[in-house]
Amino acid sequence: MKAAVLVFPGINRERDMARALTLISGRQPAMIWHAQRELPSGTDLVVIPGGFSYGDYLRCGAIAARSPIMDAVRRHAAAGGLVLGVCNGFQILCEAGLLPGVLMRNGNLKFICRDVFLRVERSDTPFTRGYNAGQVIRIPIAHGEGNYVADAATIARLEEEGRVIFRYVSPEGETDPVWNHNGAVNAIAGIINERGNVLGMMPHPENHVEDALGCTDGRGLFAGLVDYLAKAA
Amino acid sequence: MKARVTVTLKAGILDPQGKAIEGALRALGVEGVTSVRQGKIFDIELEGLDRGKAEAVLREAADKLLANTVIENYRVDVLG
Repeated sequence: MKAAVLVFPGINRERDMARALTLISGRQPAMIWHAQRELPSGTDLVVIPGGFSYGDYLRCGAIAARSPIMDAVRRHAAAGGLVLGVCNGFQILCEAGLLPGVLMRNGNLKFICRDVFLRVERSDTPFTRGYNAGQVIRIPIAHGEGNYVADAATIARLEEEGRVIFRYVSPEGETDPVWNHNGAVNAIAGIINERGNVLGMMPHPENHVEDALGCTDGRGLFAGLVDYLAKAA
Repeated sequence: MKARVTVTLKAGILDPQGKAIEGALRALGVEGVTSVRQGKIFDIELEGLDRGKAEAVLREAADKLLANTVIENYRVDVLG
């Protein structure tokens, strides 16, 4: 798997992401500075990591979404290449128009840093083939703006087309306002684009890939991608 | 030429920050406030454009960057 991790000023999870990708795929990702205009040739997967690009100035992800490298990401996605955005990366994908909707300030106005339970809604995507549909996984979140919002027509379409991939749930896998930490519409934690090759999610799977950190529920996402790309090759 | 772009949240979009400010005003004893919605103002200086062209440029700026039109409306005022 040839992965490229984008690096913007103010991003701070790129090394966690590179570590997880290296650990699970056996290959170090290329680290790509935002001012570059091209991705390395043969890139299979573009990852936009979490952090605070441009200090969250204007709106979270707004300025990063308009940086030079994003034109290359658009071309990569348009050609069917895989793109994963985590946390600020999800915000950047929404601002770039690669995913619908927007991430607003958390409903309780607090920065939330804790493990949450996610229900994997589908296992038939390149990103979730390492899980079973309906499986509940424990993954950390760390964000102040993760409250997913879109107009009613967009939400209805996402739901009808099965494009909600992760939802905040109870440990038993039930949706419940108490477990919908940031107040997202329909407890949406992650969505995929129409074509199924661009995924954005607020939680951080890259932080739950090693036993030393107490949980390896994030491995399935990366292992699934490796498996998908190996079969596609 | 000076101009101002005002960006506000669309009706129906929840504004937790506005709500918090509203609550704080109530706590401070400021009476009669029933709702607060927070927005942004951009004061912009332009050069070498007539009024019509300036408005077009500001709209382009708002559409491309200053506002996220999924959740926000904007207004352009050329102040002269």
